[in-house]
Amino acid sequence: MALTNEFIKQKLIDKFGDQVFAFEEQFGLLSFHADKEINLKILSFLKEDETLGFNFLTDICGVHYPDQKGAELAVVYHLHNIKENVRLRFKVFADINKPEVYTATGIYEAANWMERETYDFYGIIFIGHPNLKRILNVDEMDYFPMRKEYPLEDQSRIDKDDEMFGRGGSDHFDLGKRLQDSVVENEK
Amino acid sequence: MSDIHQNINLPAGSIEKQTTTLNLGPTHPATHGVFQNILELDGEKIVAATQTVGYIHRAFEKIAERRSLYQITPLTDRLNYCSAPLNNIGWHLTCEKLLGIQTPKRVDYLRIIIMELARIADHLICNSIVGVDSGAFSGFLYVMQYRELIYEIYEEVCGSRLTTNIGRIGGFERDFSNTAFEKIEKFLNEYPKVLKEFENLFNRNRIFMERTIGAGPISAERALNYGFTGPNLRAAGVDYDVRVVSPYCSYEEFEFDIPIGSTGDCYDRFLVRNAEMWQSMRIIEQALQKLNELKGEEATVYHADVPEYYLPPKQDVYTKMEALIWHFKIIMGEINMPQGELYHSIEACNGELGFYIISDGGRTPYRLHFRRPCFIYYQAYEELVKGGMLSDAIIVMSSLNLIAGEMDA
Amino acid sequence: MRPVSFNIKPKKADVNDSLMMAEMPPGYEGQGFFATTLDSVIGLARKNSLWPLPFATSCCGIEFMATMAATYDLARFGSERVGFSPRQCDLLMVMGTIAKKMAPVVKQVYLQMAEPRWVIAVGACASSGGIFDTYSVLQGIDQIIPVDVYVPGCPPRPEAILDGVMRVQDLVGKESLRRRNSERYKGLLESYGIQ
Repeated sequence: MALTNEFIKQKLIDKFGDQVFAFEEQFGLLSFHADKEINLKILSFLKEDETLGFNFLTDICGVHYPDQKGAELAVVYHLHNIKENVRLRFKVFADINKPEVYTATGIYEAANWMERETYDFYGIIFIGHPNLKRILNVDEMDYFPMRKEYPLEDQSRIDKDDEMFGRGGSDHFDLGKRLQDSVVENEK
Repeated sequence: MSDIHQNINLPAGSIEKQTTTLNLGPTHPATHGVFQNILELDGEKIVAATQTVGYIHRAFEKIAERRSLYQITPLTDRLNYCSAPLNNIGWHLTCEKLLGIQTPKRVDYLRIIIMELARIADHLICNSIVGVDSGAFSGFLYVMQYRELIYEIYEEVCGSRLTTNIGRIGGFERDFSNTAFEKIEKFLNEYPKVLKEFENLFNRNRIFMERTIGAGPISAERALNYGFTGPNLRAAGVDYDVRVVSPYCSYEEFEFDIPIGSTGDCYDRFLVRNAEMWQSMRIIEQALQKLNELKGEEATVYHADVPEYYLPPKQDVYTKMEALIWHFKIIMGEINMPQGELYHSIEACNGELGFYIISDGGRTPYRLHFRRPCFIYYQAYEELVKGGMLSDAIIVMSSLNLIAGEMDA
Repeated sequence: MRPVSFNIKPKKADVNDSLMMAEMPPGYEGQGFFATTLDSVIGLARKNSLWPLPFATSCCGIEFMATMAATYDLARFGSERVGFSPRQCDLLMVMGTIAKKMAPVVKQVYLQMAEPRWVIAVGACASSGGIFDTYSVLQGIDQIIPVDVYVPGCPPRPEAILDGVMRVQDLVGKESLRRRNSERYKGLLESYGIQ
């Protein structure tokens, strides 16, 4: 039987009921959301079932949605069935005050560093991970840089003028005061 | 402790450690890039290895949240900088899929030529550096001449050698000049002899074979579990190539083979990369032939007809007002992207390079994530070198083709 | 379309029109002797035998590999032997982006180099952070070590890297032998926190 998105969706709903929801298909790729408690069960079901056979973990990444209160941090898994060339995406959400998700390292070895990167950028704690340390940033960093509230630039640098890039060092630009200052300068 | 050590009397109270810790630090003589390996050695054999990456973390994903689509192209250059045009064209293909743009056939063929040239350039660096690391320096100097010729071809098309920022969403910035085609023909005429000579130097060279056969093998199931893709996976025996499995950019019209190995050790990886270079040349020849067969309107077009996303030609930008305004609007991202989530991947030189973009309808992506093959398969390094000797550690590292820019992004 | 006008039909090279000998420093000549200042002789010897330490981190490192290869040969400037041991090299070529994680390593390598030592920052990232104005990239290596020559470009062409090396050669040739012990140099190192 050909592995179509409908077939996958049906099998998932049969097995997990209403713990998987928000099915949608964008650009031909089936995507759904799931409770974060069952992410390992879903991953092993997708890998071991003979008709599904998603034996390749393409990617794990995180996303921060500051507006969705109670579900700000998302972990996105991309899976791939190499033989049939079918891809799948699913997301689990976690609260920003308790960002804990079970680790997929037991099922796919590839998840090891991908989860460390997600931890490094978003602060999502993967329970059971063998070595959850920062991987790309300096070890002493005390915040999680990819979250939306943190700026891109290093705020302590002095050789670049934020005014020039429209990211004002001064919060509000008063044209009258600027002109007055330059008149005073010229008169000196 | 074995018998040899009976004669060594350590002073009382000293810590008898059986293994030596060696720091193959971020700066090491093999000019691969900056990543660190801390090896535990028992004599010459490797017992354990820990890797540290992130020494060139430049926060691409956070930068991309502030930049519009065209402003992200220079960032993709700097991922796998040995084959920058491939990353650029992959990013433009992702943008075209998101925006729903269909490119004409000629653009596809021209893109394929550039992508395969980039693949040859990257495999050349990797294989010649494997040679340098096992002591054979002349192969590197010999093939760098032909990399210079590939750089000249890039210069003809886009003006720059290494970080090319090539092409536009929908095609290319200008048509390939006659000189570009002359240089491509020159490359196709001269390079096969060079590659043959390079292979003669290494393939049946006893010293090279003894260094590389059996160094860092991996089985197909472990490789799939670790998320390997690209030549490293093909050397382990799995014939997964994104160009064949999910073709993009008209690859389905081309005829080429996928070379695979059996044991996944360094020798297999070397041979797979060499064989892929031969296949790339075959693809370029077919592309040139298909270009000659195009007739009429199709034979001169070099971009898709999408004025909202394709930058106007420079003569118009410098002389006409509307073109200047459009140019500014498109680059600065005044034209909003459609909303959606997309994952698109291409076969880059190291494997499956994926772009996961979440667009919320604004001028910049809400989230852009690069699925970087080097980062994912470097995790397997400990398993590859455990039980091997110290010199194997170096050869395995260089045969995996680890590019630091791609690893850390 | 503007026609291309170079390297379409390369001309054969003739050895006589590209040979350049090192110039003699000014001095007094006589039968069997030549008197000049010690500074200029030592400068001449040092500048034509600089041993670089290529600290290649990213894309500029690939352009450096192209500079070392046969087309834009660096060896003709005396840098035949690139060393990777800081103790044995004179010229630290920092090529590529230096992240804040890597900065202590650069400083350590610089400290291990023996005097006289020169530093060349190749590329925009090493000079000032380049296009990466982010929290994780050091905005120029001159935040941590003193730099002699900056080569701009992203990446600079091999000709530009060679030009940078030639400027370093100028500096080396004209340097006074007492500079490294002078108060001014010591003050410079103090400002970077190097004793």
